Amino acid sequence: MSFQYPALIIIIPVLAAVFCSALMWGNRRLVYPLCVLALTVTALSTFVLLAEVIQFGPVDYRMAGWPPPWGIQMRIDLLNGLVLCIVSVIALVNLIASFRSVEQELAEKTDTFYILYLLFVTGLLGVVITGDLFNLYVLLEVTSLAAYAQIAMGDPDRSPVASLNYVFLGVIGASFYLLGVGYLYIKTGSLNMMDIASILPSLYSSLAVFTAFVFCMVGVWAKMALFPLHVWLPNAYAYAPTASNRIMAPLMTKVMVYVMIRLMFSVFGMDYVFEELALSEHIVLLASIAILAGAVLALAQKDLKKMLTYIIVSEIGYLVGGAWLGNSAALTGTVLHVLNDALMTFCLFLAVGNMSYKLKNLHFDNLQGLFSRMPLTMAGFVLAGVSIVGIPPTCGFFSKWFLLSGALEAGNYVFLLALVFSSLINAVLFFRIFEICFFEPMHSGEDHAHEHSRSVLSEAPASMLLPLLLVAAGLLAVGLYSGMIVDHVVAPFVSGVVA
Amino acid sequence: MPDILGVFVAKYNYWLFIVLMMVGLYAMIAKNNLIKKLVGMNIFQTAIIFFFISIAYKKGGTLPIIENAHGHSAPAIHAAEYMNPLPHVLMLTAIVVSVATFGVALALAVKTYRRFQTLEEDEIRIRMRQK
Repeated sequence: MSFQYPALIIIIPVLAAVFCSALMWGNRRLVYPLCVLALTVTALSTFVLLAEVIQFGPVDYRMAGWPPPWGIQMRIDLLNGLVLCIVSVIALVNLIASFRSVEQELAEKTDTFYILYLLFVTGLLGVVITGDLFNLYVLLEVTSLAAYAQIAMGDPDRSPVASLNYVFLGVIGASFYLLGVGYLYIKTGSLNMMDIASILPSLYSSLAVFTAFVFCMVGVWAKMALFPLHVWLPNAYAYAPTASNRIMAPLMTKVMVYVMIRLMFSVFGMDYVFEELALSEHIVLLASIAILAGAVLALAQKDLKKMLTYIIVSEIGYLVGGAWLGNSAALTGTVLHVLNDALMTFCLFLAVGNMSYKLKNLHFDNLQGLFSRMPLTMAGFVLAGVSIVGIPPTCGFFSKWFLLSGALEAGNYVFLLALVFSSLINAVLFFRIFEICFFEPMHSGEDHAHEHSRSVLSEAPASMLLPLLLVAAGLLAVGLYSGMIVDHVVAPFVSGVVA
Repeated sequence: MPDILGVFVAKYNYWLFIVLMMVGLYAMIAKNNLIKKLVGMNIFQTAIIFFFISIAYKKGGTLPIIENAHGHSAPAIHAAEYMNPLPHVLMLTAIVVSVATFGVALALAVKTYRRFQTLEEDEIRIRMRQK
């Protein structure tokens, strides 16, 4: 009996999606339990896989037994083992947390939504697990298609247009990536990541390889919403249904950052990206601009969801900058920040989802007195906010620390300043929200009865609260154990790729 | 001078695909009508499909179907005599992807039209503000 977990991780959610669509004609009540079951098994498999990788080193899985350069290979090392766990756990927790909000927002379309959700998760897992460049493209498009459709189920006025804008930029991004893969294929005759990595060193001076690299990078940046290419993200995420913005916001961008790290460090290699090209400084500058622009644009928002989407744009700058600094401290920070940022963003959006379950819209004026109305939700929100700002016991601090020391080591003070400055802006952003929710008096005078009803405790249902509190506790736990995570997962990977 | 001519003539397939791609990209960026944008998107994706197909071609190559397989005094297989089938296979998948994307995007356009009674982006924006 060979080790089949890598295949199971993809096949289970895909089969579950097929069964769910068959169930649409049968017993519709089984759709949701089936989804939960499928994602639970997937999550367990990812953990078994990560344990295997930590113990015995990278797992190499051959689809249908075809050897690597010809067949599709799945290769799981510490980096994607970690990202797989993040994806599957967040997908599962969100599925449970969002049951009520899906019912509230999507009424008779819940089954369709769950099928799209499963396909979206399949795509993400596939992108992370595959060791084949073209396979990655296909799964990326599976993810994106599921995302486009989910977003369009949100706000009836805004979401179709927001989703269309996402389609346009998403297609440009994916096509650029595909074109880059085509150039690589011309030069190397291979699509397997490891095979290409072994062939490329003799082709480093080739202009076509450079073009391939640029196309792949720009494509991935468009998909992850790096600053000048971010225009699709805020609207798409703000107007999507709660259940899908909760999963897309933490995962979609982070998975694309994973793809970027994989391309830079495993396919093209350190030597090429940092020695041969010497673009590092420019890209880090771009990332610093992205950080600042995201933070400043967030400052200009008057709606909580919109504000958070711009914070995502800013966080992408951290990750891109960290990866492009190209030293081990910065890369450690980046990989750790993929984990931390996924958790922090997830926690924020869980809290925001709970708020929007109770409130009509999340305009700042609407948030007054939230601490007394939804104390537990706000507790989760505060923890996540504090973590994004980067205050010590929470996990956000540790990855920022690594990023800062990486920037110092590289002597890149622009990035350093951008990090510090954006942390300050984040502090302003979140403490402004806390202030509105905690201190700001409710509208007094004319509507006294109305005011009374506002301060009544109206917390979100337990099925939405418990996951939020769990994830908030997770923020602290990951923060406290981040030394262990770095030692066992991140550092071995980083020392493997950074010479 | 002959060098420049060579660059254009000898690699005309690349030039064609670049021109097509730019036409598509232009339509996606500059057109105001959503359907025109979608058509631009399709042209853009088709250009990349052409690119892949053209790199599979070999002068004098034949179809990648092996004659006299399995014993029978078979002629030796020279990869150089066959066109590369792999890009074709890749593009079959890419075509499926682009059709699916186009379908989803058209559905979104329909949804937008039902809401705003127009497909012109500027008018959609105006009507959105009125709501």
